[in-house]
Amino acid sequence: MNSQVLWYTTRAAGVVSLILFTAVVILGQLARLRVASASWPRFLSADLHRNLSLLSLVFLAIHIVTAVVDPFTSLGIAPVLVPFGSAYRRFWLGLGTLALEITLALVITSLLRTRVGLRAWRLIHWLAYAAWPIAVLHGLGTGTDALSAWSLGVTIVCVVAVIAVTLWRLIAAPSDPLSGARRLAVERHRTIPQ
Amino acid sequence: MDVVTLQFDRIRCDGHGLCAELLPEMIRLDEWGYPIMEPGPVPEELLPHARQAVAKCPVLAIRMLVAKERR
Amino acid sequence: MTGGALLAGPEPALGMEGAAAHVARLGPLPGLERRLIGVLDRSELRGRGGASFPVGAKWQSIAQRSRGTAVVLANGAEGEALSGKDRLLMESRPHLVIDGAFLAARAVKAGEVIFYIGEDLGHAEETMRRALAERGDAPARVRIVAAPARYVAGEESAAVHCANEGVALPVTTPPRPYERGVGGHPTLVQNVETLAHVGLIARFGDAWFRDLGRDSAAGTALVTVSSGKPDRTVLEVALGSSVGDAIDAAGRSVGGIGAILLGGFFGGWVAAAEAWRLPLDSVALRATGRSLGCGVLGLLDNDECGVRVTARIAGYLAEQSAQQCGPCVFGLRAIAEALHRIAACRPQSHDAARVLSWAIEVRGRGACRHPDGAAGMVLSAFQVFESEVTRHTQRLSCSMPPPVPGATRWTW
Repeated sequence: MNSQVLWYTTRAAGVVSLILFTAVVILGQLARLRVASASWPRFLSADLHRNLSLLSLVFLAIHIVTAVVDPFTSLGIAPVLVPFGSAYRRFWLGLGTLALEITLALVITSLLRTRVGLRAWRLIHWLAYAAWPIAVLHGLGTGTDALSAWSLGVTIVCVVAVIAVTLWRLIAAPSDPLSGARRLAVERHRTIPQ
Repeated sequence: MDVVTLQFDRIRCDGHGLCAELLPEMIRLDEWGYPIMEPGPVPEELLPHARQAVAKCPVLAIRMLVAKERR
Repeated sequence: MTGGALLAGPEPALGMEGAAAHVARLGPLPGLERRLIGVLDRSELRGRGGASFPVGAKWQSIAQRSRGTAVVLANGAEGEALSGKDRLLMESRPHLVIDGAFLAARAVKAGEVIFYIGEDLGHAEETMRRALAERGDAPARVRIVAAPARYVAGEESAAVHCANEGVALPVTTPPRPYERGVGGHPTLVQNVETLAHVGLIARFGDAWFRDLGRDSAAGTALVTVSSGKPDRTVLEVALGSSVGDAIDAAGRSVGGIGAILLGGFFGGWVAAAEAWRLPLDSVALRATGRSLGCGVLGLLDNDECGVRVTARIAGYLAEQSAQQCGPCVFGLRAIAEALHRIAACRPQSHDAARVLSWAIEVRGRGACRHPDGAAGMVLSAFQVFESEVTRHTQRLSCSMPPPVPGATRWTW
């Protein structure tokens, strides 16, 4: 396999991964916002979120494997697991490793959610908000054609979409209809310390 | 023969409503979006759907209880 | 009828009976340990917090789980607004309550005894502190936890949660307190009146206690006859005697009463004519679908509107919800709002039918039994006050005179 083909594959798989992960982040927000209609049942956001994240792992794997075997980059296995451990584009590649590790933690804890428990799962899932921007920066920093028109265009669309949905989520009311009432009730039911 | 029932954690439940979509034969929602459960055990043919309802609840508010039926 | 056992001795209105007088009158506390559980079984004593669970069986389930680390929680929260019995006991017979709690601690091998006392119960906490200071026989660590003045604070899991984390909100069960409670240990939550009975049964025996009851019922109980918080009479009755006997003994005229709220806000309405002969016996009442609860007998006069009073109680119960479960928060609120419209003779169409279906639908869908109690009270009102409800919704008028502003009946 010549280096050119490998490089194209790495690049393409990386872009597809980014698009899929962007969709995953957006779907996660939609689930949290309880977006639903007659043609979009509640479980759809949750299920698509899960299935697309598993699909993105496939493309992520292709992206990583082709990058590692590409003689041009001479990466070993190590940089895949150790952030900032490569000689080739140390910083930007390291970001990719970081994003990979957080993503693995997200996926594994989600698959084992009932065993891990809700609180632990929730805490780790917050890291998704770190993993995604790190992945975006990795893409901008490592690709030799990262700043080409089409690549930049795709990245910008993804970023705008995530920012828009995140703003929507921040403005929207808390998803628990009882959140205000709960907090008041806790105060009313406190005992006087003895 | 196992007797399988579903149990709700009513404090955790936030009315997301996925359970009613995934197991409509046994769970429906009241007018505020909170689940009303058919009493009784889950019939065998609905067990896969019941497992889905348990796994997909965003706040893990449903549990599956398995009681070994004594013969 | 009055003063039978718990209230024998000096008038409760005279205040706290101190340690010396207590021992002089009743004798010293016997050193029963686990054997007491068998005695309690034979005495047929049932819990007086509302659930009427057999006490011997309850202690047994904790004793077999305890490894010296069990906890005894004496529940004196008295969250039921019209009830006055627990406060009366703690203010006048604190040593009886403490006797029962210490006996429980020895019987189940507890490492801690907690007295959970309502913060709005007058001198109850102060009196219990003084009484505890007079004792030298505590079998374990003792502490007092103040219960917030909220309806659900007396619920079993709320009491445990308060002792653990300082917030008296019910938590999801299982596990129930007898499995894992205060500090994760098996916890015996027992009403203070029940513990007071234990203090006497330990001294005088199970046969003595059973004989205090009438017919097949065993023992005595405290009931509160009331028409509102400012008007409460606590008296001791022989279980098995009738509601009419109790109301007579409280000095109320039976003639002017239209309905009784049996069991307080957590109980149900009964038409007066039917109520008189009802036995004050939790087992017998349960067989007819009713409950003695914590022993409140609420009196509704002939010229008081049951619909209006029910609406006020429903509003109170909705506001007192722990606000943790959707069906309770939204269901009780909807019921209360519709009942207020009906009471004011300005119902929306289908209000009455919707109240009924909301009440039926909310049962069993909270983490605790608060919505069940509220629903039961409302459903009983629609039965007993059926003609009045119809009059309010169809003829848009009330057959009773309007309530006098500033009146204290049915206030709390």
